[in-house]
Amino acid sequence: MSFLIQSGFLQSGPVQHALIVGGIAAVVAAVVGVPTLIRGQAFASDALAHVSTAGGALAPLIGVNALTGFVLMALAAGGMLEAVPVRDRAERDLLTGIVLGAGLGLAALFLSLGVTLPGASGATVGVLFGSVFLLGADDLVPALTAGGLALVLLMAFLRPILLAALDPDLARVSGVRLRLTGAVHLACLTLAVGLAAMTVGAILSTALIVTPAATAIALTARPGQSLLVAAGLGLAGTWGGLLIAYDSYVWTNGHAWPASFCIVTALCVLHFGLTGGLSLLRHLRGGKVRR
Amino acid sequence: MIAGIFTSSWIAGSIVAAMAGVVGFFVVLRGASFAAHALPLCAFPALAAAHLFGLDPLGTALAFALAGAATISAIGQGTRRDIASAIWLVLMLALGELFLSRMHSYARAVYGLLFGQLLGVTPADLHLIAGVGILAALLILLTFRPLLLSTLAPELAVAAGVPPRLVEFLFLALLALASSAALPAVGALLCFSLMVGPASAARHLFDRPTAALAASVALSLLTVWGALLLSSATGWPASLFVGAGGLALYLAPRARSFRSLVRA
Amino acid sequence: MRDLPEAPPLAVEDLTISHRGRPILDGVSFALNRGELCGLIGANGSGKTTLLRAILGLARPDGGQIRFGGGRRGRIGYLPQKVHVDAYMPLRARDVVALGLDGHRIGLPLPSAQRQARVAAALDAVSAEGFADQRVGTLSGGQQQRVFIAHALVRAPDVLLLDEPLASLDPSIAAEIAALLRRISQQMGIAVLLSAHEVNTLVPVMDKVIYLANRHAVAGPVAEVIRSDVLSRLYGHHIDVLNVHGRILVVTAPDAGAGTAHVTLLP
Repeated sequence: MSFLIQSGFLQSGPVQHALIVGGIAAVVAAVVGVPTLIRGQAFASDALAHVSTAGGALAPLIGVNALTGFVLMALAAGGMLEAVPVRDRAERDLLTGIVLGAGLGLAALFLSLGVTLPGASGATVGVLFGSVFLLGADDLVPALTAGGLALVLLMAFLRPILLAALDPDLARVSGVRLRLTGAVHLACLTLAVGLAAMTVGAILSTALIVTPAATAIALTARPGQSLLVAAGLGLAGTWGGLLIAYDSYVWTNGHAWPASFCIVTALCVLHFGLTGGLSLLRHLRGGKVRR
Repeated sequence: MIAGIFTSSWIAGSIVAAMAGVVGFFVVLRGASFAAHALPLCAFPALAAAHLFGLDPLGTALAFALAGAATISAIGQGTRRDIASAIWLVLMLALGELFLSRMHSYARAVYGLLFGQLLGVTPADLHLIAGVGILAALLILLTFRPLLLSTLAPELAVAAGVPPRLVEFLFLALLALASSAALPAVGALLCFSLMVGPASAARHLFDRPTAALAASVALSLLTVWGALLLSSATGWPASLFVGAGGLALYLAPRARSFRSLVRA
Repeated sequence: MRDLPEAPPLAVEDLTISHRGRPILDGVSFALNRGELCGLIGANGSGKTTLLRAILGLARPDGGQIRFGGGRRGRIGYLPQKVHVDAYMPLRARDVVALGLDGHRIGLPLPSAQRQARVAAALDAVSAEGFADQRVGTLSGGQQQRVFIAHALVRAPDVLLLDEPLASLDPSIAAEIAALLRRISQQMGIAVLLSAHEVNTLVPVMDKVIYLANRHAVAGPVAEVIRSDVLSRLYGHHIDVLNVHGRILVVTAPDAGAGTAHVTLLP
């Protein structure tokens, strides 16, 4: 046990902050991830995440906190994706790619401008890959507010969002206002991107959104259940990853592995382990492997 | 000295642009934007690992590129591929982060590999870019007709004896290869931007496939040259102008059709 | 011609195919002669596409034989079910036909007079010269179908296979395309096999019909196949063939014994 949880893990202030912010981020991102994947928007969520890099890099230049920067830039990109009408999936992917490219260009600019600021060394890496153990007590309030807001919005609009994701025509017939639902979904997605970016960095924040949701969708067919499973998996991966990152400081004699690497790897191991185990189980039972 | 750096970045940029124009033409027509975004990221951990462990950069990049192309093409089309691409992409980024975190100039290396240093291309980079970039573009041109046929309709390709899955794998492998070459110049993230922007505009300009392909290359070259000029004039990163150029090229034909829509 | 019997361009003998242990076709036999147009009729899921794929060499038969007049497969033109082409695709009708000629070849297409002449001839055969230089994605459904028929024709095949070429077309356009196929098969001496789930559009043009149901097939002239006794034997229960205002209706009353008045229209 003492090998698994190195001493002082739960007593350390930075670790507590990381666990709280990471936990909120994991739950919000995983829950938003399920309807996002059902709508086939894995690419869009990835694009918002990467574009939010520009926001994270801009934040110190204009003196706002990083979360605000992440969310605002993701919101701008998401708004653009919604505003330009496209005909089909390939066109939507193309537009997503174009917006992504433009956003990353901005990110390159803000990051290069930021490097010239005094005391900003390491800011690049912090924005891109996160610096979860450097979060302070003053990061908790914005994170809790954003997380709470996203969860309240999601719970209020959960059924229309899921219905619109599963079958837009059916949703329209049942009186769901698709534009409003889409806007709420987008708002929750950007909040999730921002929170995830605080934890694992802007460039990797997709991992918290896509991976647990993909695992949950593969494991269970019921949407309600998959939300719970996704949240559980997200929490397990994030906290497990934080623990490994903390422990790795001791294992590697002070040359710790990056926390975001540990979290992403933990989430992916959960994904491949569970989905692989499931298909193996189905195979052994002689049933048809789901395609 | 400054003139020397400027020349090698100018040559590197032109080769990357021409190659991205050729590859991007099929990326856009095949609707492979997400794969085209995910695959270049294979080169990110590959080059980081090569740097860290003293491996041959080209060989490592090739191995990662082939693994990525095999993974994504094995999954087929649609939502399942999107999810697989997303998971593959974060894994590659996280792996690259791990490798780079073992190195000294961490931040600099991260920035360079992700966003590129078009103005900082060294003569050594140039050999890699020229060799691999020209090879990838030539292979795409050689397989032009089978690629076009399987893009039009996979079933037509099957009936003509062209296996679409093989074509798909070949295409993704070439895409990954091409982006490994472009990486030092425009970075893992923006290599993609250069592929889709010019090609998306080019397909509106000409009805003939070969003419549209040529236009894609030409627009891509103009984008890079413009970006290099603006970058050396402002001191801002060339990646910014490449991304903005892609957006402008995508929106320009749409603005025209929007106007005609309003007039109608 | 008749005194000198040549091998039919396509002969299928006792073909049996199953998919994952489920039988799809069982003992299907027919032959197609040069210049003949043959309709492959059956409901959705009756195995029409599987039969066409087997002829193309894309589905592996469990038993039976598929023979070609030229001895080898390869002189087959094929038009798959509904090909969707985006209007953004920079591809003219002419380019689609050219891809039928040498789409499998390596290397960039070099301009050649012979190539252009063959493409123009194929476009001419389907009366598509008028829109040969327009983007395929901007053409109407009927025009696109003509272009894809030209794509299949350009290599001068002995056999032309078409999978549901008339589905999703207006009835008048469908009749036009059917007449076009009739003309092509007669003038060029090609054996044409096209699948359809509705028989009436094809009745005026086809020489022969292959009716698929219950994994089995009956082949022969329309008047000899679409009859109550033949189809009843094929389906294994009583089938009525009605002639209403010159249109054929194939009807079954599945629970006739149980006294229900439920009537199902068959293809």
